[in-house]
Amino acid sequence: MTLEMFFQHCFNALTLGSLYALIAIGYTMVYGILRLINFAHGDILMVGAYFVFFGTFAYGWPWGLAAILAIVGASIIGVAIERVAYRPLREAPRISALISAIAVSFFIESLAVVVFSGQPRPVLQPEWLISEWQLGQVRILKLTAFVPVMTAILVAVLLYVVYKTKPGLAMRAISKDIETTRLMGVRVDNIIAFTFCIGSALAAASGIMWALRYPQVHPYMGIMPGLKAFIAAVFGGIGSIQGAVIGGLALGFVEIMTVAFLPELSGYRDAFAFVLLVLVLVVKPTGLLGERMKEKI
Amino acid sequence: MRLNFTTLANILLILLVGGALWLVERHGLIGDYQIYIVKLIFINAILALSLNLIYGFTGLFSLGHAGFMAIGAYVGALCTLLPEQKEMMWILDPIIWPFSVLHTPFWVAVLAGGVVAMLFAFVIAVPVLRLGDDYLGIATLGFAEIIRVFIVNMSSITNGSLGIKGIPAEATLLTCYAWMIVTLIVLARLLFGNFGNVLRCIRDNEIAANVMGINVFNYKVLSFCLGAFFAGVGGALLGSHLSTIDPKMFNFLLTFNVLMFVVAGGLGSLTGSLLGAGIITVLLEWLRAIEEPMDFGLFEIPGIPGMRMVVFSLILLLIILFRREGIMGTRELTWKSLRRLGRKKA
Amino acid sequence: MKLGKRLAGLAMLALTLGFAGQAVAAEPIKIGVYLPLTGQNAFGGQLELEGIQLAHKQMPTVLDRPIELVVVDNKSDKVEAANAVKRLTERDKVVALIGTYGSSLAMAGAEITEKAKIPGVGTSCTNPLVTMGKKYYFRACFIDPYQGAAAATYAFENLGFKKAAVLMDMTNDYAVGLANFFSRSFKKLGGEVVANLKYSSGDQDFTAQITELIAKKPDIVFMPAYFAEGAIIMKQARELGATFRLMGADAMDNPDTVKLAGKASEGFLHTTFPYDPTMPTMSGEAKKFTDAWKAAYPEKDTNVNGALGYNSYFMIYDAIKRAGSADPEAITKALAATKDLVTPLGTVSVNATHDAEMPVGIIEYKDGKRVYVGEVTPKQ
Repeated sequence: MTLEMFFQHCFNALTLGSLYALIAIGYTMVYGILRLINFAHGDILMVGAYFVFFGTFAYGWPWGLAAILAIVGASIIGVAIERVAYRPLREAPRISALISAIAVSFFIESLAVVVFSGQPRPVLQPEWLISEWQLGQVRILKLTAFVPVMTAILVAVLLYVVYKTKPGLAMRAISKDIETTRLMGVRVDNIIAFTFCIGSALAAASGIMWALRYPQVHPYMGIMPGLKAFIAAVFGGIGSIQGAVIGGLALGFVEIMTVAFLPELSGYRDAFAFVLLVLVLVVKPTGLLGERMKEKI
Repeated sequence: MRLNFTTLANILLILLVGGALWLVERHGLIGDYQIYIVKLIFINAILALSLNLIYGFTGLFSLGHAGFMAIGAYVGALCTLLPEQKEMMWILDPIIWPFSVLHTPFWVAVLAGGVVAMLFAFVIAVPVLRLGDDYLGIATLGFAEIIRVFIVNMSSITNGSLGIKGIPAEATLLTCYAWMIVTLIVLARLLFGNFGNVLRCIRDNEIAANVMGINVFNYKVLSFCLGAFFAGVGGALLGSHLSTIDPKMFNFLLTFNVLMFVVAGGLGSLTGSLLGAGIITVLLEWLRAIEEPMDFGLFEIPGIPGMRMVVFSLILLLIILFRREGIMGTRELTWKSLRRLGRKKA
Repeated sequence: MKLGKRLAGLAMLALTLGFAGQAVAAEPIKIGVYLPLTGQNAFGGQLELEGIQLAHKQMPTVLDRPIELVVVDNKSDKVEAANAVKRLTERDKVVALIGTYGSSLAMAGAEITEKAKIPGVGTSCTNPLVTMGKKYYFRACFIDPYQGAAAATYAFENLGFKKAAVLMDMTNDYAVGLANFFSRSFKKLGGEVVANLKYSSGDQDFTAQITELIAKKPDIVFMPAYFAEGAIIMKQARELGATFRLMGADAMDNPDTVKLAGKASEGFLHTTFPYDPTMPTMSGEAKKFTDAWKAAYPEKDTNVNGALGYNSYFMIYDAIKRAGSADPEAITKALAATKDLVTPLGTVSVNATHDAEMPVGIIEYKDGKRVYVGEVTPKQ
């Protein structure tokens, strides 16, 4: 392998990895606070991408406006899902909430098939994003640089919200002990709704990025990215935002480098990712940066 | 075995239903389609029972059921296909010895499917059963996916993504019924004895079980492997029933379907799993009608493709929101409870 | 519209009753059709149905008996396909049936027709297993090994490429089959296959595979993907500065390919069936079909799926005519003996494995438009 090729692979991996990271932080935030695997996360991603598709393609709005409206729309849907499908089950066994999450995910997907039809649709890419820089043999799409930058900005904003603001403090309190937090006078329901609002906004943002990078929308587009990002979140230690970023980047690199270094085993690529996940879990049962949970007696 | 009313009544019921099924199949009393559904219910019941053992009774959140089913189905198919069929069907890479000449009776094939699935479960169990809850779920899900990736890639054994077609239809109505009864009896004998109490103790409080001197890990492995065995059996029967298998069908969705049977019936209730499998299987088939165009005389609603899954997920959501313990909860449907129910009504 | 049909039916009935004294009303011959009219394959199913209906309009009677089409939707679902065929053979008592788009659906249907001993003609199911070992199943199209060989022949002989590579969806039976047949033929012709890279269904990122392909410097990459995925591969190949040509198969034959791939489709090639509205020279039958189509569906372009639907009906019609009977066994025998039937898709003969033999068409994308550049008969 030449050095240029290696760099090319690295850039490819960085782009894919930052997309995974962006999706994974939404997952991990909801999980960290509620201990709920929000299976519908990938589907909100899809809805966000469809909003942008309709905004730009059907109504001809400028990109920025369509993106903002998509994020707002997805946030509203996220909060509504929490209100209808998760809040009534907050005291229920975890499996109930999990099944509810999967049911919501199915519902959004199948409704999307009915409403949008199963045909894949093309997404318009803004001109300035699809030109590229050429460094020797290495080609970098401007979009390829844009995705990691956007991810870094969103992560910074998220870290600020969680660690430096009042609602963020309340979120962290809820993740430790929901009852005590309520007794301290925190409006737990509102904070959880706010968490879902941010989580869904992140999902929509990653959906928009995804649709920019892979310019198609279809009803099942969120499933695979969602599942992979979830694996990335578990890998990094679910509940930890930094962990999700590391997990997402690691998954991106594993996927690309497996093909790069072992092309004849490219068929086993998905197995590599899972084997790595299981290995990490066996050594560190809560993921790379996950907190050790104390067993209560 | 003491012969009391319950045992006698159970044996009588099993034989009676068996006899009725035999008559139905022999004389073609109901249509092919109905037989197809009833067989599917029996197979789904086996799958639901096996997952209930792992999750409902032992509390191990395993999402790897589709993987065990895939192993069972492939082993079963490789054992029952004729060597000529295999030679013809493996068009990419010729099938390797000894699989090319393997041919066994159906019951051996089903048993082998279960045993191989159990062996895999044992290998997986040692690393992953140390993990808790969601981590266990994602690790088992990962293993199911790894199994699928291997099936896709090892085309000289499994025929890769082309799948296996024309599997001999040896899973008759009576065979499926018999396997379901075997599963039910084995699990009932185990779970309503000391073994079952130990498992429930582990599920409800692992630390307490440990303190009492129970070797928690061993029991977990035992329960996991037994569940995998019956998942393999169910997979082998499913392959023969559908006559075609391919790696795509054993994805997470299949595990989720089985999980739904269990939750709808009630976690920790064997009879609940039977009811859950029956009701949801019928519901899923019945919902196909929703996509048909409906003629109301004056106006006509054209069939909307995809409506079936919309309605199904809504029903699922309503069940989990309003009756989350499932049909039976952790109770069992017994002669006693039936009698009590009868008395209440009277 | 509906009422109109009913009135027409009533009028016909009255007429038949009126003339009952003079001529005995001929009983219609029923031909069943099962196609994916809804679901993920609906696109292809609907086009093929239009072709079948056009053929029915052109050839409404045989042996002095009217032909009646019974159409059932298989919803792109294997179980529904089996149910549909069961319904057609048991309840509607059809003597032959047509279907379907999608090989896995056709396989589910073929199992039932085999038991019912009713002949079936597949429209565009190209997997060899559909008719393998089946006495009663035929198809109006060629099969994947043949198509893969044709793609290899075109790349090696016509384009003069010596180094090829393959990129395929590992989990898709159609792609895996075609990719293998392509590699085999290309090597047999004397070419070299320098890389064989894989991905799985649902993947959207192919950058690693494409970077790897660029390093291996093939002249052409064969990627038998579905059109949506194929469009993304084309785009990413262009972004990474790939200079090799890309070639697909009949699943890329979709008007949306250009829409999804945009400029990246330039120079893309794919194999398809030997009919296309952009054909430079059309045979008499093909021209007749095109004109009839334009008259029947003025707002829609003619297309290859429509032609395949048309051909399926035509093959059964021809078999009934030659058999001189509408008995399923006789039709089966006549179908197997189909030879040099002149159709819109060229001169069709049914071979020993029940596939229609015909040349393979090649489409190339030039300036954002698809162009039918020629035909190739594979060197096996």
